[in-house]
Amino acid sequence: MSQSDWDKDAVTQLIDSLKDKPGAMLPILHGIQDNLGYIPKDSVPLIAKALNVSRAEVHGVITFYHYFRESPPGKHTIHLCRAESCQSMNGPRLEAHAKAKLGIEYHETTTDGNFSLEPVYCLGNCGCSPAMSINGEVYGRVSPERFDEILDELRGQA
Amino acid sequence: MSLIRDKDYGTPASPSEKNVTLEIDGFKVTVPEGTSVMRAASSIGIEIPKLCATDSIDPFGSCRLCVCQVEGGRGYPASCTTPVSQGMKVQTENAKLNQIRKGIMELYISDHPLDCLTCPSNGNCELQDMAGTVGLREVRYGYEGKNHLKSEKDTSNPYFTFDPSKCIVCSRCVRACEETQGTFALTIDGRGFDSKISPGQNEAFMDSECVSCGACVQACPTATLMEKSVYQKGQPDHSIITTCAYCGVGCSFKAEMKGAEVVRMVPDKNGQANHGHSCVKGRFAFGYATHPDRLTTPMIRKSIHDPWQKVSWEDAINYAASEFKRIQEKYGRYSVGGLTSSRCTNEEAYLVQKLVRAAFGNNNVDTCARVCHSPTGYGLKQTLGESAGTQTFDSVMQSDVILVIGANPTDGHPVFGSLMKKRLREGAKLIVADPREIDLVKSAHVKAEYHLKLRPGTNVALVNALAHVIVTEGLVKEDFVNERCDIDSFNKWRDFVAQERNSPEASEIHTGVAAQKVREAARLYASAGNGAIYYGLGVTEHSQGSTTVIGIANLAMATGNVGREGVGVNPLRGQNNVQGSCDMGSFPHELPGYRHVADVTTRSLFESVWGVKLEAEPGLRIPNMFAAAIDGSFKGLYCEGEDIAQSDPNTQHVQEALESMECVVVQDLFLNETAKFAHVFLPGASFLEKTGTFTNAERRISPVRRVMPPKAGYEDWEVTQMLSNALGYAMDYSSAKEILDEIASLMPTFKGVSFKKLDEQGSVQWPCNDEAPDGTPTMHIGQFVRGKGRFMPTEYVPTSERTTGKYPLILTTGRILSQYNVGAQTRRTDNVAWHSEDRLEIHPHDAEDRGIVTGDKVAIRSRAGVTVLHTLVTERVQPGVVYTTFHFPESGANVITTDNSDWATNCPEYKVTAVQVEKVAGFSQWQNEFQAFTEEQLSMLEKATAAG
Repeated sequence: MSQSDWDKDAVTQLIDSLKDKPGAMLPILHGIQDNLGYIPKDSVPLIAKALNVSRAEVHGVITFYHYFRESPPGKHTIHLCRAESCQSMNGPRLEAHAKAKLGIEYHETTTDGNFSLEPVYCLGNCGCSPAMSINGEVYGRVSPERFDEILDELRGQA
Repeated sequence: MSLIRDKDYGTPASPSEKNVTLEIDGFKVTVPEGTSVMRAASSIGIEIPKLCATDSIDPFGSCRLCVCQVEGGRGYPASCTTPVSQGMKVQTENAKLNQIRKGIMELYISDHPLDCLTCPSNGNCELQDMAGTVGLREVRYGYEGKNHLKSEKDTSNPYFTFDPSKCIVCSRCVRACEETQGTFALTIDGRGFDSKISPGQNEAFMDSECVSCGACVQACPTATLMEKSVYQKGQPDHSIITTCAYCGVGCSFKAEMKGAEVVRMVPDKNGQANHGHSCVKGRFAFGYATHPDRLTTPMIRKSIHDPWQKVSWEDAINYAASEFKRIQEKYGRYSVGGLTSSRCTNEEAYLVQKLVRAAFGNNNVDTCARVCHSPTGYGLKQTLGESAGTQTFDSVMQSDVILVIGANPTDGHPVFGSLMKKRLREGAKLIVADPREIDLVKSAHVKAEYHLKLRPGTNVALVNALAHVIVTEGLVKEDFVNERCDIDSFNKWRDFVAQERNSPEASEIHTGVAAQKVREAARLYASAGNGAIYYGLGVTEHSQGSTTVIGIANLAMATGNVGREGVGVNPLRGQNNVQGSCDMGSFPHELPGYRHVADVTTRSLFESVWGVKLEAEPGLRIPNMFAAAIDGSFKGLYCEGEDIAQSDPNTQHVQEALESMECVVVQDLFLNETAKFAHVFLPGASFLEKTGTFTNAERRISPVRRVMPPKAGYEDWEVTQMLSNALGYAMDYSSAKEILDEIASLMPTFKGVSFKKLDEQGSVQWPCNDEAPDGTPTMHIGQFVRGKGRFMPTEYVPTSERTTGKYPLILTTGRILSQYNVGAQTRRTDNVAWHSEDRLEIHPHDAEDRGIVTGDKVAIRSRAGVTVLHTLVTERVQPGVVYTTFHFPESGANVITTDNSDWATNCPEYKVTAVQVEKVAGFSQWQNEFQAFTEEQLSMLEKATAAG
């Protein structure tokens, strides 16, 4: 999906529906990312105009939060937990495995556009560490083998 | 000469009047409540190490270098964000604090290029200084770790470089852009170690919202944001405080020098008009002063179609004088005249008008204020009693509601625009009356409550409608009016504006502004506390310019908004010294100090000091001079620092007048448009080459100090003096000081003004005399200058310049931030990177009707003429209205403006011209002729060079 492919009318509508809320910036950014999977760079002027702030300010907020992305994600977004519990339960091994298997670093997307890899700090699933989530669904006790199985399953669906 | 670096107290001064006493390192200090520990310490000479703090912006507490210990308190608070308290005991230095500071510096330096010796900041770097101060001796982390040293430099801005590899992410630039300038063009991209400064959305400075005011460069403690001139020339070694020669804000600057060369212009922190802020023009666009186009040799020629002949000063002056004498002998005493310059100093304007009155023996003197703020002079004199704005700029910080009419402060008066925006961010309400959506209407963190988007030429109808609401809805401040104003005049005015035909509902047909909006805006202005009106050329440059000025004064008086801080009637004067040139008697009917030439007492005062008999009849105004020239009765003109051939309306008419004259003497920096019609060219001196004073829009007299010798050998007043002597009227001033002393002796409002006073006080606002020895920041306190404030009815008379089927659109004009008026200076700087041509703004509806898209070449045709520009299709203008700037002579904006002018002062109606717009392929006939004439004149100049 290229930057210009997003639906400007839908984004404008979303911004209009939220702009008068107090502290509207984050709800708007979440709304756009929930809808499009990312926040297109050229939607920033629309947000800035609606909130009467500068483009730079919107950019500052987007880049402060790693969760927000400015390019389209892969078909599936994998969030690996890097919080204390998962770290102590072989999280780093899972992390190394995932990166090697996918051939990408954090914040990157595989060349086939299938997977994006992001770190996350606690999914609230510490009892089943190490944990990860894919497209919002949480998986516990993820060993490297289980990671491969889950990915194969997802590939199968595609 | 002053120090290169001012003392930096780290945090801004506290405005509190309550004092607090504390102890810092065993020393007692008393400071205003709300002062930071850092500033309190600095005030007694204890400089706590700091990086992210500077006294132009609020403290931030991010670098942690300024930690201190407070007795009885926990931990190590940052001294910049810790306010003082009564009895507090602070330690600013001990082993533990030093250890913390060293640790912080180690981290900073582990990610900083170690190229101090070749760095442009070398010798003036806060990071370097702090490393020295904390005693950094080693960096245990080494330099090999993750770092930012390979970050790419951004050189997109023509004046400064952004080198992120040297950045310590202190956010001073981001905060300066927000707090000082109010543009919010910078942010921090990312977080933690990945944090970096980002213009706009991580783009080049030139592609971001940056307006190149220089506040970030000023705030940067390292070489990250650095003037390119310092890269090229190195650090300056001395500085001289002077006053900017661009707009009427009159910012104080430090010219930072090496020898006789300006390395950079730095806004002066102690400047009372600008408080250390600047805009792209004053801060960076001074290169014109040393531009190769500067003409530095006097030249003469018999005919404007002859090549120029380079001659000595003596020959040029004698030739000019003999020509003026010949003309006066042949055509009479009134056949010559002179124009004073609003770009030159008070002393120089004073001398030119003195030459005209004493040496020419007539009152044919005028100035460019004729074409800008003459209605202000007239309107405010009639109502309030003084031809000047009522406030200081700082007064805006006390305003609760600000009404901006026909002014575009963020472009035309940028430093004041920033101050106004600061107040608006603090919560003051804004009403904008303008045909066009100027930046103030809506930009980051600023939004007008009401934008009264009126049709050009209907100001009086709008002002009357506002007054109608105030009068009929019981919003008049009766106490104020009863006590301070002439009641008869008020009653007459009240009855007039209360008439139904002046109601917002009846005016809507003229103004195009919804009645309800006008009613709400009037209520807001009249009842929100301190109401201040700011206006500009969008008010004055109309056939009813003076009427609107009077209407504005009426509004202010009726609502009691005169005579204290935060209120007032504030003309935003265009040029650096337009207030001053008017004060100095540049008008044909007034001697210095706005005293009529017919007044015997005034005249005899001047006669006794000048030793000549003075003419009692007013002389010719500029438009009269043109008409008389074409008639054959006006034959010679001495024009100092004004480009009438470009700036005055109906260019064809001006050109014809100039061509009809037998001796046009132009004194200027460049071969400007008027000089192309001249017979004598006398090289002028830029503001960097002379001593004198400028008076800004708030009546502030500021010193202009010579930082380099005049390129052609003489300051402008010296040239006027030589000419006067050659004409036979002796002048013998040895310095500008002697001229100012003479002015002070003759003008009651200037009585206490002297260079000594300016050296002591920095600047002073007139009236400055025995009653107000330190000057007068706010006028009309307690009583109006004329005694009782006078209301005057303001009947709306639509301009005769109307749209028809043939000319269906209204053209109005304005300015842009990066260029200055006729552009003679800014066009010769890198400011052309922002604006390299004038464009015609047209609404999408009007564009579509005519099949026009952005970038198309269009002919703009009026009853006076036709010119061709490229278009910009934009919703900033309303349907039916087109807009352009006028900074380039080849644009011919004044080829299409008409002869209409203000009924009282002849100020031209630049702001309303009925036009038709159509797509074309080539330039207009005028433009082609202009091109050919320019080529001819440049060849005349080249031939002179060859002959010389």
